[in-house]
Amino acid sequence: MSARIGVVTFPGSNCDHDTLWALEQLGVETTAMWYRAEDLDHVDGVVLPGGFSYGDYLRSGALAAQAPVLTALQAAVETRSLPVLGICNGFQILTEAGLLPGALRPNRHGEFRCDWHTVRVVEESRWFPGLAVGKALRLPIAHAEGSYYVPNGQLGALFQNGEAWLQYVDDAGRLSPMANPNGSVANLAGVQRGSVAALMPHPERAMEVFLGSDDGRQLLGAWVQGVSQEAIHAR
Amino acid sequence: MPEFHAVVTVTLKTEILDPAGEAVQGVLQHMEFPVSDIRIGRHIQLTVDAPDAAEAARLVQQMADAVLANPVMEQAQVRVEQ
Repeated sequence: MSARIGVVTFPGSNCDHDTLWALEQLGVETTAMWYRAEDLDHVDGVVLPGGFSYGDYLRSGALAAQAPVLTALQAAVETRSLPVLGICNGFQILTEAGLLPGALRPNRHGEFRCDWHTVRVVEESRWFPGLAVGKALRLPIAHAEGSYYVPNGQLGALFQNGEAWLQYVDDAGRLSPMANPNGSVANLAGVQRGSVAALMPHPERAMEVFLGSDDGRQLLGAWVQGVSQEAIHAR
Repeated sequence: MPEFHAVVTVTLKTEILDPAGEAVQGVLQHMEFPVSDIRIGRHIQLTVDAPDAAEAARLVQQMADAVLANPVMEQAQVRVEQ
């Protein structure tokens, strides 16, 4: 059975249509979903896209984390390991909802950063077949609150548990403070826990070489393949 | 049901960097104010319906823990006015 992937629109999401377009480029069936959705039985995977849900009021992602779709998502992750991918604001929502560890803080330098960065795969995952450890991906970032944080003493466990997923590296693929665009601990750009993964960069904006890079196609393509192979279908 | 006014003060934990606070401090120091240790928090005032002050405080604390503060990086202080 081929997979069907839902992309959730919150009030203030603005990358939802780009993400639907990118997934359609990969030939997967997609469906647009509303933040009030309570039934996820018709999808095999869910993307929480980028944007500014609820205007980033209170904290980025904090109000969206209380939306009905997140309650349904939490249940589906627990009961059938529903694959979930968070991009940018989606990452912030997933940490606020407690589906991923840590939190995203305002960038260390206080600026909104819109730039190209290279991230390196730290940990393989059955949800991303083909993304081997050490693989470098060139992806754009665009955020003001992307400084990943975990409390002191929890960073080691994050790596030991295989939850540290992507790190910002320099053009030569080396870990360097200069390659860290926002002050994230350990240069972390993405984390994962079980069937939930998220990253600050925007793979849906890196689908064609003429747009700067098509590495986003590799990342999303790997996930679509992982969802197709591994998802426990509800329908 | 009686109404209680409450104030929730959300502050960053001491070990958390506060880029906005640092930026404000930099500007104030540039204006030659003798200032240091600026930390920016959030002041939330609300009215809650509850049978008594203790129940009001419990409800507001619950709101603080669930939504108003993120326990990973923030702490919340609840004050209910009698």
